[in-house]
Amino acid sequence: MDNLLLILAPLFSSKLLLVLFFGTLFGLILGVLPGLGPTTGGALILPFTMTLDPLSAIVLLTSIYCAGTYGGAITAVLINTPGTPAAAATCLDGYPLAQKGEAGRALGMATVSSTVGGIFSVVILVFFAPILAQLAYEFGQPEYFALAIFGLTMLASIGEGSPIKNLIAGAFGILISTVGKDFMTSIDRFTFGINELTEGIGFIPVVVGLFAMSEMLTQSTLINQVFNRIALKAIKLPSKDDYKKTWKTILRSSGIGSFIGVLPAEGGTVASLIGYSEAKRFSKNPEEFGKGSIEGIAGAEAANNAATGGAMVPTLALGIPGSATTAVILTGLIIHGVRPGPDLFREQPDFLYGIFGAMLIANILFFIFGFFGAKLFARITLVPNKILWPMIFAVSVCGTYSLNQSIIDVWIMLFFGVLGFFMRRYGFSVVPVIIGLILGELVEGTLRQSLVIFDGNWLMFFTRPIALTFFILSLIALAFPLIRSRKIKKNND
Amino acid sequence: MKNVQNQKRANKSLPFFFRDEFKVSLVIILISVALLITTFTFDIVPPILNRGIQPATFPKALLVLIIVMTMLIYYLATKNPWKVEKKLPRSFFLTLSSFVIFVIVSKTLDFFLAISALSIFVSYCWGEKRLFYLLLVGIIFPIIVFIFFETILGLRFPPGIITNIYYS
Repeated sequence: MDNLLLILAPLFSSKLLLVLFFGTLFGLILGVLPGLGPTTGGALILPFTMTLDPLSAIVLLTSIYCAGTYGGAITAVLINTPGTPAAAATCLDGYPLAQKGEAGRALGMATVSSTVGGIFSVVILVFFAPILAQLAYEFGQPEYFALAIFGLTMLASIGEGSPIKNLIAGAFGILISTVGKDFMTSIDRFTFGINELTEGIGFIPVVVGLFAMSEMLTQSTLINQVFNRIALKAIKLPSKDDYKKTWKTILRSSGIGSFIGVLPAEGGTVASLIGYSEAKRFSKNPEEFGKGSIEGIAGAEAANNAATGGAMVPTLALGIPGSATTAVILTGLIIHGVRPGPDLFREQPDFLYGIFGAMLIANILFFIFGFFGAKLFARITLVPNKILWPMIFAVSVCGTYSLNQSIIDVWIMLFFGVLGFFMRRYGFSVVPVIIGLILGELVEGTLRQSLVIFDGNWLMFFTRPIALTFFILSLIALAFPLIRSRKIKKNND
Repeated sequence: MKNVQNQKRANKSLPFFFRDEFKVSLVIILISVALLITTFTFDIVPPILNRGIQPATFPKALLVLIIVMTMLIYYLATKNPWKVEKKLPRSFFLTLSSFVIFVIVSKTLDFFLAISALSIFVSYCWGEKRLFYLLLVGIIFPIIVFIFFETILGLRFPPGIITNIYYS
C-alpha cells in the first residue's frame, strides 16, 4: 500500500508533473525526428539535468525514454523511416497500411499497443526490480565482476551487428574508463601529460559525441535524401475487430519486450524484431505481414515499449544498463550521485517508486499526446536537417562545456563524434562503448578487489556459485551467435 | 540482399590492402600496439600498495584482447568480405573540416564566434542559401542558447573577442 502511494506521488507534485509533461513532449519530438531518438536526446539533455534535483532529472530522462520509443512509430508509419531503431519493424506493416489510406488506423494501433506494452513493463519493473535487488544483497565483489562480464558478453549475443565488433567496442569502452588516475593506487594511466585527463574522460562528452555528433556527420552524408510523406488526417482508435485480432499479440509482445529489456545491454530494437516475428508465427494470417498487417504493428510496438520498463530493471537493481538509453539514464544517476543497486531500494524507496510512477504517467501522457497531436508531431519531420543539425550542434557544444566549464571536454566530444561516425560506417555499434565505459570501473574495481580477497588465486572465482553461474551464462552468450549463424546457414542450405 | 552480395563481390576483387577490413583492422591494431607500449611506461606500484594486480595489467589485458579480436574479424572477413562502403560525399568532408575550424576558432578567437561560424558554414554547405535561415541558425539561435546557459544555468563561457564585450 505504501509503495502504491509512492508510485502515485508524482501525480501530487506539480514540479514533477511539469517535468513529465515536458519530458514526454520532448521525447515525442525526438522520437519523430529520424536520427535523433531517446538515446541521443537523453545525451543532449543530460547537462541540463544538472540544474534539477536527482528525482526530477531521472524522471525527465525516463519520460523522454518512454515517449521517444513510441514517437519513432509516427515516422515509421508516415515516411517509412523509423524515427528510432526500435521502430524499424513498425515500418514493415505501418507504411503499407498508410499507403492504403489507413495511416490513422496504423498509428492508432501503434499508440494503443505502445501504451499497453509500456504500462505492462512498468508493472514488471515494480515487481521484479525489488526482487532482483534483494538477490543482489548476496553479491560480493566476485559476483559483481562476473555479472559485469555477463553484461558485456550479452553485447555479443543479442546486440546489433557483428558480435566480435560489439565486443571490441565494449573493450574499447572499458579502456576509456581506465584513462586518468588509477582509483586504487593514484597512478596516471594514458594521460600523456595532459592535466585535464588525470580526472579521466567524462561520460557526457563521450555520450554526446558518440550519439549526437556522429549522427550529425552521418546526416551530412544524407543531405540529398528525399522522404515520401503520407498525409495524416487524424488518428483513429482501433476497431473492435482490430482489438479481437490483436489483444493476444499485444500481451505476448509485452511479455517478450519486458523479458528482452531485462537482459543486460539490449533493448527495444531486438525486442521489436522478436515481437514482430513472434506475432507473425502465431498469426492466423501470416501472409498479410509486410503488406499492412495490423497485428505486425501491434507486435512490434508493444514489444519495443515493453522493453523500456524491462531495461530499467537491471539498471536500477544492479547498475547494469539494460539498453542504450538506460545507459544514458545510468550516466544521469551517476552524475547526480545516485548509486543504483540494492542499497538504493532500501535507502531511497521514494526516489525509486517516484521513477516507477513517472514512467507509468509518461506512458499515459504519450497516449494522450500521440492520439491528439500525432498530426502535429508528424509535421516536425518537415524541419530540414540543414536547420536542425546546426542547432543541435550549438546545444551539444554548450551542454558539454557546461558540465566542467572545460573546452577540452568539447574537443573530446568532437573527437568521439568523428570516431563514432567511422565506427558506425564500418559496422561497429557505438552503444557497447558507452556500456563499456559505464561498466569499466565496476569490472576493474571488482576484479582487483576480488583478487585481493582471493590472495591472487584466479581459480577461486569458480568456487562461488553465483559467479560461476554468471560465467557459464557469459559462455552461453558468447556461443549463442555462433550457434545462431550455423542454424541460419543450415536452414539456407 | 543481391545488392549487398554485389558490393561484397566488388570488395573481393580489390587487392587486400585496399579493402576496408584490412585498413580498419590495421588502424585498430596499430593504435592498440601504440597504447600497449604506453602501458609499459606506467609506474609500478610496490607490493605493499599493489592490491591484486599492477595498474598497467588490466589495460594491457584489454589491449591484447582487442588485438586478438581484431585479428579474428580480419580472418573472418577474408572468408566473408565486408561490403564496399559508398564514397563519402563532399558535404561530409566540409562538415568534418568545420569541426577543425571550430576547434581553431574557439581556441584562438572566441567560443561563441566558433559556434556561430560552424552553424552558418554547415547550414550553407548542406544547401541552405536563404539569408534569414542562415542568420537564424548562425546568430539568433546561438544567442538564445548562450543567454539560456549564461543566465539560467549560471555558466561562464571562456573569454574571447565577443564574450569579452558581453561580459564587460
